[in-house]
Amino acid sequence: MLMKCLVVDDSRVVRKVARRIVEDLGFTCDEAEDGQKAYEFCQGEMPDAILLDWNMPIMSGIEFLEKLREMDNGGSPKVIFCTTENDMNHIQRAIQAGANEYIMKPFDSEIIESKFAQIGLHP
Amino acid sequence: MKLTDFDIYSNLLKTKSGLVLTEDKVYLLESRLNPVAKKWGYNSLETMTIALQGVPDKNLVTDIVEAMTTNETSFFRDMRPFDMFKDHLLTYMKQARGSARRIRIWCAAASSGQEPYTLSMILKEAQAQYPGWTFEIVATDISHDILDQARAGLYSQFEVQRGLPIQLLMKYFTQVDGQKWQISDDIKKIIKYQYFNLLEPMTSLGTFDIIFCRNVLIYFNEETKGMVLDGMAKRLAPDGFLMLGGAETVMGLTKEFVTLPDHRGVYVLPNSPHLQKKVETPGAASPLGSGSATPAAPATSAFGLPPKANTTTNS
Ligand SMILES: C[S@@+](CC[C@H](N)C(=O)[O-])C[C@H]1O[C@@H](n2cnc3c(N)ncnc32)[C@H](O)[C@@H]1O
Repeated sequence: MLMKCLVVDDSRVVRKVARRIVEDLGFTCDEAEDGQKAYEFCQGEMPDAILLDWNMPIMSGIEFLEKLREMDNGGSPKVIFCTTENDMNHIQRAIQAGANEYIMKPFDSEIIESKFAQIGLHP
Repeated sequence: MKLTDFDIYSNLLKTKSGLVLTEDKVYLLESRLNPVAKKWGYNSLETMTIALQGVPDKNLVTDIVEAMTTNETSFFRDMRPFDMFKDHLLTYMKQARGSARRIRIWCAAASSGQEPYTLSMILKEAQAQYPGWTFEIVATDISHDILDQARAGLYSQFEVQRGLPIQLLMKYFTQVDGQKWQISDDIKKIIKYQYFNLLEPMTSLGTFDIIFCRNVLIYFNEETKGMVLDGMAKRLAPDGFLMLGGAETVMGLTKEFVTLPDHRGVYVLPNSPHLQKKVETPGAASPLGSGSATPAAPATSAFGLPPKANTTTNS
């Protein structure tokens, strides 16, 4: 069965790049442009993986993650932050909130692939 | 570049470092050597080539050799060998070296340090199970420049994102100037970096329980590969292990090593206990290999490491 990845980023360009990479890795891909939209998506169905930006309008990535982890079954998706925030404080906060991995932008396909492999996601 | 000039360099490199250069690599040669010529004040590569034919300055030869090395590496490169190290090799050594409580590892082409640091982090994570043990990693390379980088242990954002789990970045690195990541002294301290050319006699290095020699034999010709492997066999404890890179093997190159069945990428000596059928000797270390039907169970889960991600329990 195909694994689903939700890409959450307010930049269309980033979503497009990320979509291409995760599709190449063998995921099917859905997109959300902010935390709120991602939350609504997850109420419908839980993806296997979520690539998550930090700074977004309406609801930030970290707010979304906290809410996600409180949902029924919200522990199941592997969440990888993917953000320009590149300091230890942000990283620690993300991991404490239940992120599985953390990517500091700029990223490339190799980094995304290696991060997915590390958390044991092989579509 | 003239063919005769190419031959001068390819002969020099083959004798000095074992590097085999085929003629299709002439562009690589030129692009790597032009900066060397400039550094040494030659107005062209041709003038440097002429200088080389006399009695060349030893340091110039060193610079040429170093310029031609490929230092490509990453943390947890290929991942599986490090799982193998943690789940099988270490688990075996824990029993087998139970009285000496000492494990010596040789990283034979350490490059900028990612491989020895990966091993050191794995050992650190497993430390609780090894009270009073001494781990030593001897990390060698032919390039002085790359060894300096390895010693510094300072990595770019890009480098720390290739293969390194975020938990380990958080635990063992500090951020410097926003863009660089410095590995901790705790991880550094069991590693001894030193210059070593794999073509030289290896006796002075002592004996090792585990040798990592990954992604360097690929640059050598068959004869050199065989010679290096023969030398390493003499440096390995009778029940020790050799790990090679994904594209490397011992087959057809040496009689001193054989592949360990069911453990891809792991090689042992022909008389190794790991090749014997398993005999239950209570208290003795049980060898790896063909005799045991099931592979040893993973050491512990205290290890937030891939692929059995167990990240949530790490507080
Ligand atoms: C591609 S790197 C491999 C790094 C690491 N082992 C890995 O697998 O990622 C190859 C390294 O071998 C070193 N090397 C090449 N020839 C050598 C020789 N004759 N003796 C020792 N090191 C050598 C190079 O300087 C380079 O750093």
